[in-house]
Amino acid sequence: MNEMTPTREERAERLEGLGCKRKRVEDIRFVQGKGSYVDDLRLPNMLYGDFTRSPHPHARIKKIDTTKAKAVPGVLAVLTAADLKPLNLHYMPTLAGDVAAVLAEDKVLYQNQEVAFVVAESQYAAADGAELVEVEYEPLTANVDPFKAMAPDAPLLREDLKDKTSGAHGPRKHHNHVFTWQMGDKDGTDAAFRKADVSIKEVISYQRVHPCPLETCQCVASFDKVRGELTVWGTFQAPHVIRTVASLISKIPEHKIHVIAPDIGGGFGNKVGAYPGYICAIVASIVTGLPVKWVEDRIENLSTTAFARDYHMTTEIAATRDGKVTGLRVYTIADHGAFDACADPSKWPAGFFNIVTGSYDFPVAHVTVDGVYSNKAPGGVAYRCSFRVTEAAYCIERAMDILAQKLGMDPADLRMKNFIKREQFPYTSALGWEYDSGDYHTAMKKAMDTVGYAKLREEQRTRQEAFKRGETRELMGIGVAFFTEIVGAGPSRNCDILGIAMFDSAEIRIHPTGSVIARLGTKSQGQGHETTYAQIIASELGLPAADVTVEEGNTDTAPYGLGTYGSRSTPVSGAATAMAARKIKAKAQMIAAHMLEVHEDDLEWDIDRFSVKGNPERFKTMKDLAWAAYNSVPPGLEPGLEAVSYYDPPNMTYPFGAYICVIDIDVDTGVSKVRRFYALDDCGTRINPMIIEGQIHGGLTEAFGIAMGQEIRYDEAGNVVTASLLDYFLPTAVETPKWETDWTTTPSPHHPIGAKGVGESPNVGGVPCFANAVNDAFKFLGSTHIPMPHDAWRTWVAAEKLGLHT
Amino acid sequence: MTVNGKAVERLVEPRLLLIHFLRDELNLTGPHVGCDTSHCGACTVDLDGRSVKSCTMFAVQAAGAEILTIEGMAAPDGALHALQEGFREMHGLQCGFCTPGMILRAYRLLKENPAPSEEEIRAGIAGNLCRCTGYQNIVKAIQYAAAKAAGTPFKEAAE
Repeated sequence: MNEMTPTREERAERLEGLGCKRKRVEDIRFVQGKGSYVDDLRLPNMLYGDFTRSPHPHARIKKIDTTKAKAVPGVLAVLTAADLKPLNLHYMPTLAGDVAAVLAEDKVLYQNQEVAFVVAESQYAAADGAELVEVEYEPLTANVDPFKAMAPDAPLLREDLKDKTSGAHGPRKHHNHVFTWQMGDKDGTDAAFRKADVSIKEVISYQRVHPCPLETCQCVASFDKVRGELTVWGTFQAPHVIRTVASLISKIPEHKIHVIAPDIGGGFGNKVGAYPGYICAIVASIVTGLPVKWVEDRIENLSTTAFARDYHMTTEIAATRDGKVTGLRVYTIADHGAFDACADPSKWPAGFFNIVTGSYDFPVAHVTVDGVYSNKAPGGVAYRCSFRVTEAAYCIERAMDILAQKLGMDPADLRMKNFIKREQFPYTSALGWEYDSGDYHTAMKKAMDTVGYAKLREEQRTRQEAFKRGETRELMGIGVAFFTEIVGAGPSRNCDILGIAMFDSAEIRIHPTGSVIARLGTKSQGQGHETTYAQIIASELGLPAADVTVEEGNTDTAPYGLGTYGSRSTPVSGAATAMAARKIKAKAQMIAAHMLEVHEDDLEWDIDRFSVKGNPERFKTMKDLAWAAYNSVPPGLEPGLEAVSYYDPPNMTYPFGAYICVIDIDVDTGVSKVRRFYALDDCGTRINPMIIEGQIHGGLTEAFGIAMGQEIRYDEAGNVVTASLLDYFLPTAVETPKWETDWTTTPSPHHPIGAKGVGESPNVGGVPCFANAVNDAFKFLGSTHIPMPHDAWRTWVAAEKLGLHT
Repeated sequence: MTVNGKAVERLVEPRLLLIHFLRDELNLTGPHVGCDTSHCGACTVDLDGRSVKSCTMFAVQAAGAEILTIEGMAAPDGALHALQEGFREMHGLQCGFCTPGMILRAYRLLKENPAPSEEEIRAGIAGNLCRCTGYQNIVKAIQYAAAKAAGTPFKEAAE
């Protein structure tokens, strides 16, 4: 070896593989304004669509007159339910087994529901036309209160389901009932409560919120009449699923539909589902023979596409006097809005809400979820979380704090006492999940030591005394949250979307010169997939990440995949990437053996090459082998070097983390200030620490928004009152706290590279951490539960109720 | 008007918004529409020495103005502006949708205040929303660019 020969470390570093803080490939185009988002697409003769929407939350449609709209210069067509009905497209199937109206036929069921679709030569003309569609309504009584939905005299919302005594998920017990879903041991749980020394009960409501990515939902549909082919560019987190749905409902053969998801300006769950705008743009393109663009505005986005949460959880914990939990019982009313359009795996109408036992060793538990219809927008997406996991984490983490308060225990001590122990993994929870790996005590202890937890509690006590003496009007709250997520859906045995198992895929091709293209069934919306998947390939194959192109979002070229949501990209497609790479490596090994004239077993892998065991000077690099694959493969072996993997995960992954927040609250104004927020995440093997940290910053900021101010709120009459950014809280740089991040590493035992997924953890853990901090500030005054969101007004009201303003 | 150093002349409808003029007439698709109500800042461009939200200004109001968009930030030889470099180096973007507006706002901020404190940066970009990054790395990206412009080594502001 001469001086110029790179060391093993240098060779490994050059790859920029797993663990490298590699700069993002995507940024080069984004920082120059050269991203290509859906709205940037301009096709010749492209038309624009816009909706006429209902001002009423519940009304009968008596008459629709499109004459004036059609007279607007530039308006070419106006679609109503009457036009869609002959095509059987006035309703579309939802992922939850229900149907949703595309354009309202007889009734509107929520404010801003789509009634007519105006197609014009410019977006201005389309908007003019939409204003001039005349609709005569007969207003009906609306209900937006989930607790009143199943009252005997509650208004009938879904006339189309009036006589249906069962739905996609079993019997319906009321005309506004969607389903009842249960899990766990009811009798055993009831018995645990009968025997309990101590129990707590609290109605823990998680308000309706919206993911609100900065780019709204949008698409361009272009139907080629000559070829009979449809191309749809759209903001799709799951492009293949959109293709299949489009084929099923339009009857266009799936091979004649091309779905393309270009750069996406954030998704957070908003862009998983199919919306009326997509259907109408497609129909309008078929009718006119021209491309049709539909772009949501912000009000449409916040008030119609994909709300999240609206979960109202009556939660009870049974425990021994010394703080050992013995049972958990949760009864949830889930407000699904006008149509059940939840984006959950088919068999899970309440998502994975049964992760609600959290990180604790509950011997027995039982959950029931009743889904109800209301005069609100449909949806029920997982806003930066796996299916209903944030609801579950908020529920259990608030409840554990309430229990700690009742027992007079420190909330961190109560958690430590009840954590699932490291040696119990793989651990089967009382509600049926098999947790893959975890080390909760270590994570919690590290978090507490890092923030100086005991000292903080001391400071809090001192300040509480000072408050009682009237020396300060500020309260200090310490929020503790420990979460366990369930992500990476999922195994084909229990997870499917519309009957398609929730595998995911990767196809890798090695070019003769040793550069690579990889195509995947997932779709980045900012997560940096082009950067991180390349790192997996770099480490697996010993080719530099810089030489790998990652392509997603084109259903013609990518292998079938279920898309990106529920933190499933790394757990499922990341695994597929590693598995495809290993197939390639196995073939490369055969080629190397042939070239080096040794037996395959006499070779060993060394960073970027196969070398002969005991004789490292004799080797072939992967780059050599790429070239050889195209000219000197052993007899009987096909030329070329590529592989595809469809990965059916054996289990979900279970990331976890310990978060601690310190907050100061002015009781006279209700204004709170986050003094410190520390987040320790364990996502197993870390692919790119820079990107992980960025994901955590972003997720915590979204959690901060949700906990401290976000709400899609309706007034009693059913008007949505928070449908623009004037009223819907998105944190700015000024309010957003500074984040401290940390980690432990407990690899997933079943994932090829041990990775678990991280993008949603900070939202799952962050929300209860902020909520616990605010509640912690007030609890010494006798308060047990202040509901979210904790904006200044509500916090002031909480202080007022405690008599702090007299 | 002058856009990114080039003279531009068009006859437009009085109600045409500046953002649509830039995107649809000039094919400058870097500035984005995020909220329609001046809250999010994704449409921010620099106009006669001020940061302007081009979604709430008519194109005709910009007659005669000098406008800079993200497409005009890099040097003619393609070298990235210090802000563009800073955003990438400091991981100040994820989905990229707010980035063009954010960079243009930061550009004017640094013209007004070449050495801003962290607090001044946060206040200075409060009219630009980002849903992905939590702003912490955007702050660093702007500090990076400020340091580069001043020729001093980049030092993160004290926590």
